[in-house]
Amino acid sequence: MAKKPQLAEKKYLYGFHDEVESIFTSGEGLSPRVVEEISAIKSEPDWMRGFRLKSLEIFFKKPMPTWGNTELLNQIHFDKIHYYVRPSEKTEKNWDDVPEKVKQTFQKLGIPEAERKFLAGVTAQYESEVVYHSIRKDLEKLGVVFLSMDDGLKQYPEIVKKYFSTVIPPADNKFAALNSAVWSGGSFIYVPPNTHVEIPLQAYFRINSQNMGQFERTLIITDEGSDVHYIEGCTAPTYSTDSLHAAVVELVALPGSKIRYTTIQNWSDNVFNLVTKRAFAYQDARVEWVDGNIGSKLTMKYPAIYLKGKGAHGEVLSIAYAGRGQHQDAGAKIIHMAPHTTSTILSKSISRDGGRTSYRGLLRVERGATQCKSNVRCDALLLDEDSRSDTYPTMAINEKDVQVGHEATVSKVGEEQMFYLMSRGLKENEAQALIINGFIEPFVKELPMEYAVELNRLIQLEMEGAIG
Amino acid sequence: METDILIHIENLQVSVDEKPILKGINLQIRRGEVHAIMGPNGSGKSTLSHVLMGHPKYAVTGGKITYKGQDIAGLAPDERARRGIFLAFQYPMAVPGVPVSKFLRLSLNAVRGKEIPILEFRKTLKTKMEQLGISDNFSGRYINEGFSGGEKKRHEILQMALLEPELAILDETDSGLDIDALKVVSNGIESLRGPEKGILLITHYQRMLNYVTPDFVHVLANGQIIKSGDKNLALELESKGYDWVLEESGLKKKLVLTEE
Repeated sequence: MAKKPQLAEKKYLYGFHDEVESIFTSGEGLSPRVVEEISAIKSEPDWMRGFRLKSLEIFFKKPMPTWGNTELLNQIHFDKIHYYVRPSEKTEKNWDDVPEKVKQTFQKLGIPEAERKFLAGVTAQYESEVVYHSIRKDLEKLGVVFLSMDDGLKQYPEIVKKYFSTVIPPADNKFAALNSAVWSGGSFIYVPPNTHVEIPLQAYFRINSQNMGQFERTLIITDEGSDVHYIEGCTAPTYSTDSLHAAVVELVALPGSKIRYTTIQNWSDNVFNLVTKRAFAYQDARVEWVDGNIGSKLTMKYPAIYLKGKGAHGEVLSIAYAGRGQHQDAGAKIIHMAPHTTSTILSKSISRDGGRTSYRGLLRVERGATQCKSNVRCDALLLDEDSRSDTYPTMAINEKDVQVGHEATVSKVGEEQMFYLMSRGLKENEAQALIINGFIEPFVKELPMEYAVELNRLIQLEMEGAIG
Repeated sequence: METDILIHIENLQVSVDEKPILKGINLQIRRGEVHAIMGPNGSGKSTLSHVLMGHPKYAVTGGKITYKGQDIAGLAPDERARRGIFLAFQYPMAVPGVPVSKFLRLSLNAVRGKEIPILEFRKTLKTKMEQLGISDNFSGRYINEGFSGGEKKRHEILQMALLEPELAILDETDSGLDIDALKVVSNGIESLRGPEKGILLITHYQRMLNYVTPDFVHVLANGQIIKSGDKNLALELESKGYDWVLEESGLKKKLVLTEE
């Protein structure tokens, strides 16, 4: 029998790891003692310590999800994970003060350069803690708060206490409970009324050690009439054992305000990415999740928007790319709770080399949410016969006076399309990359230019090595 | 002169899904020549154009294609393109989300084998578009998406004008065009025409040949070239139809009343 041609190894640019001595690690496994330790190291108020311990109980009680890719989910060894790893003493405001090795990592990732060029503020999280943080002085003067979640809790305890875990309670799901018990790092943002943050704020998350669990917690509040664009990126080294990333992100868009939250997730393919993201949008507020999932072993993430006030608008725009051994189970949830609310879901997925993508979505219109409009569109692109794509849309419409549209397509890269492009001199992988770039164009055009370029480059890299 | 021969097709036999379509085509195009291949529907015209460009679906079961002295049987479509072969498609595919300008720039870079500075590219594209009377907004649209029939054909001609192939094959580029679009297409072909270039026009109708005068006209039927001549042959086909050539070659019998 003829030998099957070997696929070239997928290129993952960020798979390196650096030898960094952490100053504290909770060791393997999870117990009330570990949670108490985390809380003590952070000198937290009692209410937070109590919240953590209660959440831990919920985590232990809740069974694993029985839906989604349970086969992969059950490969998570909770007792092997390091739940808290502290790489440095404190959060620095100057890159020169960040421990040399850690700084080098972020330099390789291009973060300080990006900050100089086009960001208004940066948070860099390494393992469990934010090691670097900065915000432009002019924004600080306007009263814009951009801190690590830990510092947010210290400096703005009232605001944090008022909103923390109100959008996503610990009992929401097993991984939200886990995050609530052991959370560390993440961003806290508060934008005062009628304040416009015109340049994006960015957070960068890096896992470096093996069997790491990263549980950042982000809370963003835009006060009336204000707006902000927050971008997060993430990478990890390639290890043979798995790491776990289980973040919780809560957004509160008060009346007339706007939040755009952009994610470019590029974890190495040994990371479980199980993230809960939810937003409350009040009257005439606008929330947009722009969610790109390129990496990870298994992603389960369904950014949600609760349209709570009249005239609120929600958008979830996502792409997922699944290569060999990857499953991107992603989607969106929109709940229309008030009249005249509108929403759009656009989901694009690409599967290749036996990779698997699933769209899982919920659109619910509650009674009384009259004259709301929603449009859902899911497009899947399959690059070969071995790959798979499924769509699980749920619609629960409890009001008559509504306009709801839903469209789903699955397509294969066609021989005729390839022939057309190749007849113009493009090589097979260039032609395929071009078709894919075109497919994700509606997503990419929503990104700031630098990220659009980066995303196209990532896809290009994924395509190389695919065809020998 | 042997070196003048751009492409030499010898006894070419091609099957699609194991069904023979081309049954021994012989054709030679020299630099500077314009050949027209005419024929009724289903004669194998489009198969010929696709197989010359290297479509993977068409299996060459016999014969030989020699292009610039080299057997090109094993070459992928992109390698043929980089060697100067171009096919204007009868039904060009849409590629959603990919702007025409990006596509054209990548193509030109690939065919020329080097990166053309972006400003130089824009200038070249603008000139070609003006020459062909194509509006400015065209380059920002996505490849063939939502294009009218005429726009698709103009787009094909624009690509040809830009890539400046040595051998241009045009597969029914004239079909379904109004008179203005037909003139654009014909002008495009005429401006490519030159002592170094070979052009193969594949068409069902004689109409375009009023604007582009071919040096040779061939009739393709049932997978074979059954008659060759000069432009007068095209005119004859126009006035008399195909039946007489088919009868002459024995492909179609005159209806004879037979008594039972």
